[in-house]
Amino acid sequence: MTNDADVLQIDNLQTSFFIDGSEIKAVDGVSLNIPKGKTVGIVGESGSGKSITSMSVMRLIRNPGRIKGGSIHFNGEDLLQKTEKNMQNIRGNKISMIFQEPMTSLNPVYTVGQQISEVLQIHQNLSKKEALSKSVEMLELVGIPSPNDRVKQYPHELSGGMRQRVMIAIALACNPELLIADEPTTALDVTIQAQILELMNGLRKELGMSVILITHDLGVVAETCDYVAVMYAGQIVEYADVHTLFNNPKHPYTVGLMQSLPRHDMDQEELNVIEGNVPKPGEMPEGCRFAPRCPFASDICTRELPDLMETEDGNQVRCWVYSEKWDGDPEVNVKDDYKTARSQ
Amino acid sequence: MFVFTIRRILQTIPVLFGVSILVFLMMHLVPGDPAQVIAGEAASPQTIEQIRERLGLNDPLPMQYLNFIMNALQGDLGTSIRSGQPVSEEVFSRFWVTMELAFYSMILSAFIGLIAGIISAVRHYTIIDVVVMIIALFGLSMPNFWLGLMLMQFFSINLEILPVSGWGTPEQIILPVIALGTAGAAIIARMTRSSMLEVIGQDYIRTARAKGVKERFVIYKHALKNAMIPVVTVIGLEFGTLLTGAVLTETVFSINGLGRFVVESIRARDFPAVQGSVLVIALVFILVNLIVDLSYRFLNKRIDLN
Amino acid sequence: MLAESTVQESMTKPSNPHIENAKNIFKRLKKNKAAMVGGFLILLFILTAFIGPFLVPYGAGEQNLVNKLQGPSAEHWFGTDHLGRDIFSRIIHGMSITLYIGFFSVFIAAIFGVVIGIVSGYYGGKIDTLLMRLMDVLLAFPGILLALGVVTILRPNLNNVILAVAVFSVPAFARIVRGSTLAVKELEYIDAVRALGAGDVRIIFRHILPNVFSPIIVQATLRIATAILTAAGLSFLGLGAQPPTPEWGAMLSDGRNYIFDAGHVALFPGLAIVVVVLAFNIFGDGLRDALDPKMKS
Repeated sequence: MTNDADVLQIDNLQTSFFIDGSEIKAVDGVSLNIPKGKTVGIVGESGSGKSITSMSVMRLIRNPGRIKGGSIHFNGEDLLQKTEKNMQNIRGNKISMIFQEPMTSLNPVYTVGQQISEVLQIHQNLSKKEALSKSVEMLELVGIPSPNDRVKQYPHELSGGMRQRVMIAIALACNPELLIADEPTTALDVTIQAQILELMNGLRKELGMSVILITHDLGVVAETCDYVAVMYAGQIVEYADVHTLFNNPKHPYTVGLMQSLPRHDMDQEELNVIEGNVPKPGEMPEGCRFAPRCPFASDICTRELPDLMETEDGNQVRCWVYSEKWDGDPEVNVKDDYKTARSQ
Repeated sequence: MFVFTIRRILQTIPVLFGVSILVFLMMHLVPGDPAQVIAGEAASPQTIEQIRERLGLNDPLPMQYLNFIMNALQGDLGTSIRSGQPVSEEVFSRFWVTMELAFYSMILSAFIGLIAGIISAVRHYTIIDVVVMIIALFGLSMPNFWLGLMLMQFFSINLEILPVSGWGTPEQIILPVIALGTAGAAIIARMTRSSMLEVIGQDYIRTARAKGVKERFVIYKHALKNAMIPVVTVIGLEFGTLLTGAVLTETVFSINGLGRFVVESIRARDFPAVQGSVLVIALVFILVNLIVDLSYRFLNKRIDLN
Repeated sequence: MLAESTVQESMTKPSNPHIENAKNIFKRLKKNKAAMVGGFLILLFILTAFIGPFLVPYGAGEQNLVNKLQGPSAEHWFGTDHLGRDIFSRIIHGMSITLYIGFFSVFIAAIFGVVIGIVSGYYGGKIDTLLMRLMDVLLAFPGILLALGVVTILRPNLNNVILAVAVFSVPAFARIVRGSTLAVKELEYIDAVRALGAGDVRIIFRHILPNVFSPIIVQATLRIATAILTAAGLSFLGLGAQPPTPEWGAMLSDGRNYIFDAGHVALFPGLAIVVVVLAFNIFGDGLRDALDPKMKS
């Protein structure tokens, strides 16, 4: 199980929310490895459990949510067994996180400098003065002009893109081994998005860290990720390296996502939208969770939940089509037949 | 900020004007002849005429108002009918007693209210939260004069450890301040709790946790400072409520303050005294509101996202 | 290049917002246990006010000087006062007075507040400025002070207390209603309704009033609690209901004179006030949570 090449190993993670006496399984048996120095994307619609997965890694799941089971090994140590105090030493230090909402993710009553300094004072025992001068360096690193002035400003004096840069500065201040970026560019303008992604990519190479990039945007994935996990209804349905995923997607859901992307190399009449909705947590289908929306669904799909299976190219997919038990059309090719199957 | 301050100060002028008119009219809104009312049913026409003369009731109304306001601006609030002393002297000899009572009560309210509110918010979804909020609800629903009587009965009469009445010594201060401050503590506790809960749900609190900040500091450094902004407003506004709550508390504990003076003047239908003290209390209240408003604006400057 | 695999959200058409709301509100209210308890208590108090006086053993003014200032006993559950009157019976008799003051003063305040708020918000301009300045002036008298002023002008008695409490509650209603009116007025559908030829009166009654209804109800419930407290305070000061009326504040005022020998005379009327005010506060909190989830605390 343990592998030196992986900085993080999530194994069978289960995180649930307990509301009004009923359990909502937000993350249901997710296993995922993050190789050192690589960027792994987690893709899915909202409610697929991708953010809850990342919050579980940080052990920041709050009441009424709870991590029910599984393990999360970080450099060989299980984060789920650590005390809260030990976790505090890891957060912002070994594992950092940046969020979707740069406008609201910074504390409005403290200056930018104070907020970057705080993390340095906590984890590196720097004095106030040292922390502040390191903060200026960090602002410079993330490409903020005149950092000596900016460091004294309050968040409301900065634009959204600037604030996200500050968030990145906070996250990277202690040289983390793993950065979790939860939709870091979603709330930003398109031009700023590209800048922020470029910055993150550059810093990842420079600092040699691993990145988990959570997004619903396949365009961002194509540009930045080495590996991709596609999540659906609390589970990973496909895991592959980025080239395979884009060239040869296997899961009908992944194919559906791909086809909803506008393409330049094909004559497209319309963007395809996957019909239907993500199943509500309380109303999970008995079999494959995607079956109700899947154009290929056969008997077994509605009866039994498939496992995440290894494919011949070493990737993983959670779909009956690729198993010996498949009881539908034996000649089916998900990628090529998706459109025809869908129109039927 | 400067423009806002000036504008906000200018805005109080029509309010001050309106308040002075209302206070002035108080005597004239009384059904019948105010001089007759003051003198009593059995008074002779000469007495009534005397009173009329003394209060300037023979002048046309606008003239009377003008006199009233000009005198008031010079610190002359007329003469008390009951005591024959200048109202301003009567009012100011009692003014600081009431201010002290209100001030100490505010300190107590803020102290208890903040602590209870923070505990409640931090222990959200637990029995502690429920219990604190039930106590707060009781505190909110209790008449302060009744609470005062009950405290007096228990501590002064049954246990005989605190004095029944008066104002000045530390022992005399305790019971009135608790009686008056309880409702305020309840209001501040509820406000603090809801403000804290709102702030704790904010993105920047998640950021603080993700930075590895200790939970204690997440609450006291990151959440509290933000949550305090609306709470400060409530605490400030509470001061006005305490100022008038003093009317009842002072009566219960026989404290010779402005509140009891108002009540006794009303009973004696001593109009100049009522007018003078009501005017002073309203002015203090307007001033406090102005300060609260400005400080809220100042504190909120950094929050204002757009 | 930036595509999102967003799933279309089902568009819900607001077919009839009012009816749907009423159903939802009741559902949410039913879920709120505290609110249900508060509501039940209020109903119980109303029932007591109506039939209680027929069930209690003594009349409100029934004196028995031999038995004066007796402590609680099987005969006199809450003891007797300085005139030997049964305190329990007097409290039950006083229930209707307390509720009458609470409901009636708030009702008057709500009527005036709604009219002022709607006129102010709907017509705007000079009349808005004038009315709101007037409300500011009323608000400049903190708490009970305004009520004291009104009682000074009029004679202290029960009806004037109601008026006094009403006057000091008007600004709260006026401000809330004005705010809601402004918000509703800005909605596009009001323009559409106007374009269809609806006059001001129709727009106000059909479209604005139903929308300001929820905040008014919440405010009214919480105001009743304040009104009862204020009225009791005025009576306690001798500036409200006058003895021998079994008004709780007035009873407390009596009790104050005997606090050294017979504490129960002040204890029980005060407890009665606490319980009734508590019920309205609980119910008001619950209503607010149910009617306006955003304000939920």
